[in-house]
Amino acid sequence: MITHPFTYQAPSTLEEAVEELGRSGDSKVIAGGHSLLPLMKLGLAQPEALIDLRRIASLRAIRTESDGTIVIGALTTHRDIAHDPIVRAKLPALAEAAGAVGDLQVRARGTIGGSIAHADPAADEPAPALAYDATIRAVGPKGRRDIRASDYFKGTFETALADDEIIAEVRFPAPAGRSGSAYEKFAHPASGFAITGVAALVTLKADGGIERAAIGVTGAAAAAYRATAAEKALAGTNGDAKAIAAAAAKASDGIAALSDLAASSDYRKHLVTVFAKRAILRAVTRARA
Amino acid sequence: MTATANPTYIGARVARKEDPRLITGEGTFTDDVMLQGMAYLTLVRSPHAHARIRRIDTAAAKKEPGVVAVLTGTDLEATGMLPVFITVPSMNGSKHMPIATDKARYAGDAVAAVVADSRDAAKRAADLIAVDYEPLAVVVDASKALEPGAPIVHEELGSNLVFTYPVKGGDVDKAFKDAEVKVSQRIVNQRLIPNAMEPRAVAAKFEAGELTLWSSTQIPHFVQLIVALNLGLGQNKVRVIAPEVGGGFGSKLQVYAEELLVGHLAKTLGRPVKWTEERREGYLATIHGRDHVSDVELAAKKDGTILGLRVRTVANVGAYLQAFAPGIPTILHVFIVPGPYRIPAFDYEMRGAYTNTTPVDAYRGAGRPEAAFLIERIMDRLADEIAMDPAEVRRKNFISKDAFPFNTISGITYDSGDYAPALDRALAMADYKGFEKRRAEAKARGNYRGIGISSYVEICGLAPSKANAALGVGWGGYESARIRVHATGAVQVFTGTSPHGQGHETSWAQIAADALGVSPDDIEVRHGDTFESPGMGVGTFGSRSLAVGGIAVHKAAEKVREKVVQIGAHLLEASPADVVVEGGKVFVKGVPEKAKNFGDISMAAYLANNLPDGMEPGLEATVYYDPPNFTFPFGTHIAEVEIDGETGAVQIVRYSACDDCGRQINPMIVEGQLHGGITQGIGQALYEAAVYDNEGQLLSGSMMEYHVPSAEDVPAFALDNTVTLTNTNPLGVKGIGEAGTIGSTPAAANAVIDALSPLGIKHIDMPLTSEKIWRAIRAAGEGRR
Amino acid sequence: MGHTVTLTVNGTSYTREIEPTLLLVELLRETLSLTGTHVGCDTSQCGACTVLVDGRATKACTMLAVQADGATVITVEGLAKNSEMHPIQRAFAKEHALQCGFCTPGLMITAVDFLERNASPSDAEIRHAIEGNLCRCTGYHNIVNAIRSASAEMRQTAGVRPKVAAEVNR
Repeated sequence: MITHPFTYQAPSTLEEAVEELGRSGDSKVIAGGHSLLPLMKLGLAQPEALIDLRRIASLRAIRTESDGTIVIGALTTHRDIAHDPIVRAKLPALAEAAGAVGDLQVRARGTIGGSIAHADPAADEPAPALAYDATIRAVGPKGRRDIRASDYFKGTFETALADDEIIAEVRFPAPAGRSGSAYEKFAHPASGFAITGVAALVTLKADGGIERAAIGVTGAAAAAYRATAAEKALAGTNGDAKAIAAAAAKASDGIAALSDLAASSDYRKHLVTVFAKRAILRAVTRARA
Repeated sequence: MTATANPTYIGARVARKEDPRLITGEGTFTDDVMLQGMAYLTLVRSPHAHARIRRIDTAAAKKEPGVVAVLTGTDLEATGMLPVFITVPSMNGSKHMPIATDKARYAGDAVAAVVADSRDAAKRAADLIAVDYEPLAVVVDASKALEPGAPIVHEELGSNLVFTYPVKGGDVDKAFKDAEVKVSQRIVNQRLIPNAMEPRAVAAKFEAGELTLWSSTQIPHFVQLIVALNLGLGQNKVRVIAPEVGGGFGSKLQVYAEELLVGHLAKTLGRPVKWTEERREGYLATIHGRDHVSDVELAAKKDGTILGLRVRTVANVGAYLQAFAPGIPTILHVFIVPGPYRIPAFDYEMRGAYTNTTPVDAYRGAGRPEAAFLIERIMDRLADEIAMDPAEVRRKNFISKDAFPFNTISGITYDSGDYAPALDRALAMADYKGFEKRRAEAKARGNYRGIGISSYVEICGLAPSKANAALGVGWGGYESARIRVHATGAVQVFTGTSPHGQGHETSWAQIAADALGVSPDDIEVRHGDTFESPGMGVGTFGSRSLAVGGIAVHKAAEKVREKVVQIGAHLLEASPADVVVEGGKVFVKGVPEKAKNFGDISMAAYLANNLPDGMEPGLEATVYYDPPNFTFPFGTHIAEVEIDGETGAVQIVRYSACDDCGRQINPMIVEGQLHGGITQGIGQALYEAAVYDNEGQLLSGSMMEYHVPSAEDVPAFALDNTVTLTNTNPLGVKGIGEAGTIGSTPAAANAVIDALSPLGIKHIDMPLTSEKIWRAIRAAGEGRR
Repeated sequence: MGHTVTLTVNGTSYTREIEPTLLLVELLRETLSLTGTHVGCDTSQCGACTVLVDGRATKACTMLAVQADGATVITVEGLAKNSEMHPIQRAFAKEHALQCGFCTPGLMITAVDFLERNASPSDAEIRHAIEGNLCRCTGYHNIVNAIRSASAEMRQTAGVRPKVAAEVNR
């Protein structure tokens, strides 16, 4: 039950949606609704106007551009991402993260655009967005703007997206060279959100050692982050289990970890290191396959 | 020849008669009741756990469009108090009004009511009610509530002590003096939230002086009785219907405030009223379960023989005593604590305490899971202390099968039992002998693997009216049944039980079918409507329905059968002793070709022009059955777990159980009851906890935080059974509704502790969450360094 | 401000004037009197309200009714065709996969969506598929059996029986 009244529109183009969004000070964009509606039902969000993107079919697609960039439309559901053959082949950490969201029903309707826009600190997809160095393409009254994932997640429900902007797509550069990636998650036992989710992307040198690593972590802190200390520690190593463990141990360095009934901050920090290790191990195995 | 000598349907896996409507969406649950002109009730609940109500301003709410009425406690005193059905010695009962007037005693205590044309309007108006609270000091912990100077929940009682309930037998002091081994453990049985999938709901209409009230309840007859008494209506003018009820587990074993309020409002407002609980509201306003803290000491010999048991427990009853609350930590707990063991000396003191928390009452197992957990945990502590196999410690102390009926040291009489075979079968199913190899393999993976045993006895068939009276239960423990065979031969069974998933429509049909020689397909079982029932029904709780209500059906069916035989003998011109009733036919033994159809007999009963001399016309029987004793099912459950060495996360990798509930009517239903019960018990061991902060705020306030097990949290279950009949009733049945919950919690917890025992870990409080285990592992590692 | 929505539920087209605040589950239960779909929580956790929207298992408590304008919805009342039960319904009864029956409609709907995309699931996959549907009665054991059993029947009749959860892109 939603007791707070609001107006509703479902424009058929992104331009119209942007225009509508600018019209009212307290409007919200809705896609799958799986972030926003639960908050509205609890009275925690009380927008005056909802702008539904569902009629904008162009936002519901996965395509590969000529440079190999994989572009995921904001309205693409977690389920479609998880099952997409290109995403599974090129961006397995994203496919795994999308497949780990919530449950079957949530994946069926929830969208990547909604997840990224809402920026719940325990959402899954921010982790691969960071690890793959994705770009969030936003459209606003002044036109379009690309925001790097590493500049995008600012805090709990806080992002670099302006109030008058709508996410159109999330753009993932195809990992170059001999690379592998994976997502590992420790789910909240009741809610299914990530207590810790780690996406790791590694690129190998010719000798099989680690050239570079990118590690995105969600669930552990107020905002998803890149575990740069772990990335640096891993780069240049031979990528054996010991090197991976040593690098992963730095994955929660310096963070202010969240704490709740399911996991204290100590435990969360520990879990980050464990799941970083597991994600890196699988990423390396995939890169070497 | 009685019907059970050679049963056709008793013991068969008969498909459930309930299912066709439930799998097509045609079942009607209370919230599905939609009546013309219906208004909706919403309650305003205190956000404070303890606060004086200074003033309630309802002016703004009354102006909200669609609002029908805004009422506070003083407007609603006509509903009377909420009932408590059990009185134990020295009990300090609490005054419990549906809407608090003086102060709120827990976060969720109702302080005002709004009725409006729609749910939305009622909610909006409720938000406009301004309550001026004076927050008071809060007490959440039961032991602290009993300390001097603690905030007092009910000032008129002078303290928070609800009762002190001592039970003693034998010489415990001597047992401890003679002991070669003593183990002690503080054992916390944490508070749980029942989480029946259907939230509570109540709807009512008042027409032509008659109140019809639908409620998601386990006890429609008690609701009828109290609504009639409290609202000043004749009991014949109150019809309570428990339609489809979406699970109960004890949480709907109440007469709740909302039932009195909806009934009262429908009556006074002159239009139908409905109230449907929201889940988060239910977490506050529907009863919780468990919440004991026990100090347990066991005295034994080095060979594992138990000498004595001493327990001191404080039970948190919450802010008010609910309907059965005084009996749960006492009658249903203390007496069964000795479990399947011969314990020569016993000393238990149970104290109950009021706190500023949601009231606690029966939750699946209700007192018995707490008992099984503490005895089974301390048995493992003993086994560990004397380095004896936990299975052997249990076997050594089992009451032997030739000792039944067995008078326990706590003062009750077990009807029948044979505990070792259930243990042996469970051990074999679990490949107990091969376990150490699996432990070693897990260790090689960096994991900890453990196996845990739980042997339990439980009390079922909550029953004998005289025993109830002696124990302080303010109502009889019988159950009623009426069987009506119509002229055409159509059979209806009316039962006083009120199922909410247990499949009584099927099992009762099986019982009646064997007695009447017809198919269960030809029998309709009706329940949950006080205007259709045999009269007074008691309801469905405490695994009592079969051993009490099922026997009532059996006895009523036997009475009808006797009349069928008499009429058949008359029509066939034979002696009643030679008449067979079977397969829908009535015939003389050895002459099946000259049979009368069952319908010929029933028609004759109503034509009434060719009956034996002196026989009344008609073909029906009503029985109120009051059994002579409780029943005592038992069994052994074994859980095997593997713990992720890095995260502490537990996975149950294997689960084996051998249960004995006496004769099974429908093994399919028995297994279903066990599967669900085991899952709830595992939930307590590993996942579930109602957690309050010191201000009395429920932190685990929704399904986002409270971990109800999902399909991925439990394994498939391997089940077996032994059958030890009881002499308590003619079918030899015991009951199975709660056994799974009782057996599984200690098995799962013992398995986790066993897994960690190589680290020197002796005990961790439930729920055994990954973080707690990780911390214990880390602490053990640090301790060794 | 009222909105006019038209949607097809169990093969019947409905047009209704509704408020944007109305949830799909409220439309189904209260406006269309399809009370087989249940509400078990308020935080999108329990799955009791699951229906098929354009072929996808959807928590009807987490969708506005206005969002379903133009949609094809199947509820538990629409699973049987011409009074012949869907294999999942038969399997739930045969395997005793329901007790109180409150969660059952949502579970069967989720299972249909899942089985029509995964014809031969493992037990682990079945358990994963239904993690968003809570049941407090059965311990899931017989639900897993029922879904496995239904999958066998659905494999045999694949191609003959039209899909219930056929996806529609709008």
